[in-house]
Amino acid sequence: MSQTDRRLLLLSPDDNVLVVRAPIGAGEPIRVEGLELPLNNAVSMGHKLARRAILAGEPVVKYGAVIGTASADIPQGAHVHTHNVRSNYTATHTLEEARAAYEIANEVGKT
Amino acid sequence: MKQLSGFLRSDGRKGIRNRVAVAYLVECAHHVAREIAWPNRAEAHVIGFPGCFPNQYAQGMMERLCTHPNVGAVLLVSLGCESFNRFQLESVIRESGRPVETLVIQRSGGTAATIAKGQAWIDARLEELATAKRVPMDVSELVVGTVCGGSDGTSGISGNPAAGRAFDRLVEAGAACIFEETGELIGCEEIMAERAVTPELADILRASVAKAARYYATLGYGSFAAGNADGGLTTIEEKSLGAYAKSGQSQISGLIKPGDIPPKGGLYLMDVVPDGEVRFGFPNISDNAEIVEMMASGAHMTLFVTGRGSVVGSALAPVIKIAANPEMYERLSADMDVNAGRIIKGEASVDQVGQEIYDLVLNVAAGEKSCSEAMGHAEFILTYKSFEPIGPACLPA
Repeated sequence: MSQTDRRLLLLSPDDNVLVVRAPIGAGEPIRVEGLELPLNNAVSMGHKLARRAILAGEPVVKYGAVIGTASADIPQGAHVHTHNVRSNYTATHTLEEARAAYEIANEVGKT
Repeated sequence: MKQLSGFLRSDGRKGIRNRVAVAYLVECAHHVAREIAWPNRAEAHVIGFPGCFPNQYAQGMMERLCTHPNVGAVLLVSLGCESFNRFQLESVIRESGRPVETLVIQRSGGTAATIAKGQAWIDARLEELATAKRVPMDVSELVVGTVCGGSDGTSGISGNPAAGRAFDRLVEAGAACIFEETGELIGCEEIMAERAVTPELADILRASVAKAARYYATLGYGSFAAGNADGGLTTIEEKSLGAYAKSGQSQISGLIKPGDIPPKGGLYLMDVVPDGEVRFGFPNISDNAEIVEMMASGAHMTLFVTGRGSVVGSALAPVIKIAANPEMYERLSADMDVNAGRIIKGEASVDQVGQEIYDLVLNVAAGEKSCSEAMGHAEFILTYKSFEPIGPACLPA
């Protein structure tokens, strides 16, 4: 039996993240490296989950290459993204805050 | 496989289309140019430069674009008082053997009269171009560019590696292939340098990415849009590693800058980041700026890998759209030429999709319209830049 969920893809043996190849809903159980874990928030295709615990300051590795540095401790199976990883080159710009403020002001449900 | 044929130009290059370029030489002439082209917009494409201040890069780009192998005739539309050197541009086009005419709005009776003159000129040229003879053309005579836009976490594992496979096949067949955006290769400099044909070129490749990293750091933003993060990409270096896969596995034969024509078949990196101090803002303000630079270096068509779902095409040279994300493909399938999302679903291998892209390149070269081309997409953008010429070590013999 596979140690890791079919919905998760390991790109390179040294990676400490797995790529989500099909959307996974919040609360759904996922299997990462033999461990059954609950997923706290929904993740869509192309996002990343921690293959193992990653400590703040550790490099985040995908494609066998460093894609940034953990800016917070990341538990195994957790969503790895802009809230817990920073670039080693230029900071990442997102519209997360603007979208959240807009959705609150306009009472828009998240799609 | 279809036998390729092309339109032979005086410089020996062959075009896969025979378009009329309607070129405005300042934004003030843009509307008139657009109205001139509109009735024949499938064949007459609007290109141009919006600025009124002179710029050597823009001058060179317009000269390259107006003598692109896919262009059979050129109408220049000038307001009359802009700084663009229309005299030199017209001479370069005339020397290439193409029909060319300059309409100066201030001397042609204004908007309506210029539009009427321009439309009549286009009608006459299209009649001539319709009888133009095609000559046999080989795959090795193709120049193909690749860009990615609206990338997400799927781009680097499906569409980009598949485009890379197609590039490997094209390079093997002797074609010239160009990949780019040094600002989206940040973090890949060392692995990329290992593929250079000479140690000197390896140093040049590394330096081009270091320049891009400095340039974007000064501007405060990487080449990274908010939608990239929505799609699961976290940092510029993660986006870069995915984008890098478009280049395939071939050795890298050289580094060119926008407007440099690859001297022979092979794989080339295009350095799109301006030289010298940071001036004029972001290097390429949107995806079409990259496509325009590919065309200026002779690309007959561009492979465009998208995860979030870009719908753009291009003036003058077809764009082949490769969908990386299977969910996006379902939503935008009429805009997409290839569904590389099948790789993520486990329905096709990277090799199979790579082969599909390669076959489509040949079909589009043979005259088949890409989706964006058939829907009339003809986007174009050109802004200010400045470059130093490349040195001899950039193109080892």
